[in-house]
Amino acid sequence: MTEPRGLWVYAVTEQIPAGSLDQVAGVGGGQVRTVVADGLTAIAEDVPLEEFGEAALRRNLEDLAWLEETARAHHRVIDAVVRQSPVVPMRLATVYSGDASVAAMLAGRADDFRAALGRMSRRQEWGVKVYAAERAEANAAPAHGGTEDTGSGGKGAAYLRRRRDQLSAQQDARRELTVSAELVHGALSQLAVDSALHPPQAPQLTGTSAPMLLNAAYLLDEQRSEDFTAAVGALAKSHPALRLELTGPWPPYSFAGVEQEEEAW
Amino acid sequence: MQPGSGAAQTYGSRYGGGHEPANLGDILERVLDKGLVIAGDIQVNLLDIELLTIKLRLVIASLETAREVGINWWENDPWLSADSQRREVRERRADSELEDENYRLRQRVRALESGGRDRD
Repeated sequence: MTEPRGLWVYAVTEQIPAGSLDQVAGVGGGQVRTVVADGLTAIAEDVPLEEFGEAALRRNLEDLAWLEETARAHHRVIDAVVRQSPVVPMRLATVYSGDASVAAMLAGRADDFRAALGRMSRRQEWGVKVYAAERAEANAAPAHGGTEDTGSGGKGAAYLRRRRDQLSAQQDARRELTVSAELVHGALSQLAVDSALHPPQAPQLTGTSAPMLLNAAYLLDEQRSEDFTAAVGALAKSHPALRLELTGPWPPYSFAGVEQEEEAW
Repeated sequence: MQPGSGAAQTYGSRYGGGHEPANLGDILERVLDKGLVIAGDIQVNLLDIELLTIKLRLVIASLETAREVGINWWENDPWLSADSQRREVRERRADSELEDENYRLRQRVRALESGGRDRD
């Protein structure tokens, strides 16, 4: 025994062809392997506790560079698994002491895992983010140069009136955008088996100044993904005040930990 | 698969023939916020992760950038700021001093009142 190790668990699946994860580097840079129990397979990696133990995790999770690398690696492995077989992805930083406790976890929740895997089978998660298109923001402020600035009350009152009109125009535009985003969500939900809303991301995160109005995830039957992408395109056309961004397909992160399981577990 | 002109299509993963690596924010909100939560043997305080997610939602690159654009609410958020935690403790202490004083004064009033009239 050289150093104390733990088992980082990525996901649970039914089975995966031997060797299909040989090329995938895990969070610790090591070989990803499997732990099998009760007809289920946990995708895992042996990791040094020096880096992935309790105290180390608490420290490292606050280190954005470490977190980025680890989150990408975690995602990469799950992404590689989902190409082979339906998965239930585990939250980042699910670490066990060894094979025995992973096997016990699989066996103890075998029915729930099988039910969840059944729900994920031949399904994909797609993400849609809706932003206010930049030009809509510009339209929201009506032109105020060259208009009459008289009327009862003189200049000051005229200014206030103009300002009030501007603000209410902005509010109207904003309300309209929100309603449009809701319409988009409604239309896309019709095509989906399930949907989930993530909190809108801050502009600092998205790198755009346009406010994000909707950050949704949709669980789709595989064969509907083309209809779905087409629908996103059509909706973008019919709502020119919005900008739609489509991401995916994702492993079903947003639907694997749904309430049914949490209640039962 | 070709989206309309207004849709900027990106890919969450290379799976499916996409070409762009997934956006870090998109990955983080999924692997930290979502995914199945089962407590492993190594206990990471979920609150720590929750807290971190909140911070990340705000800004990935650096907190300094956010501060520069005037976003600093976490400095007043007791979960995120040691300063405000200390402040909260201080305020709580001040509150309890007030309560003590209040109690003593009430006792006093009661004593005085029951001295004058024989009721509470």
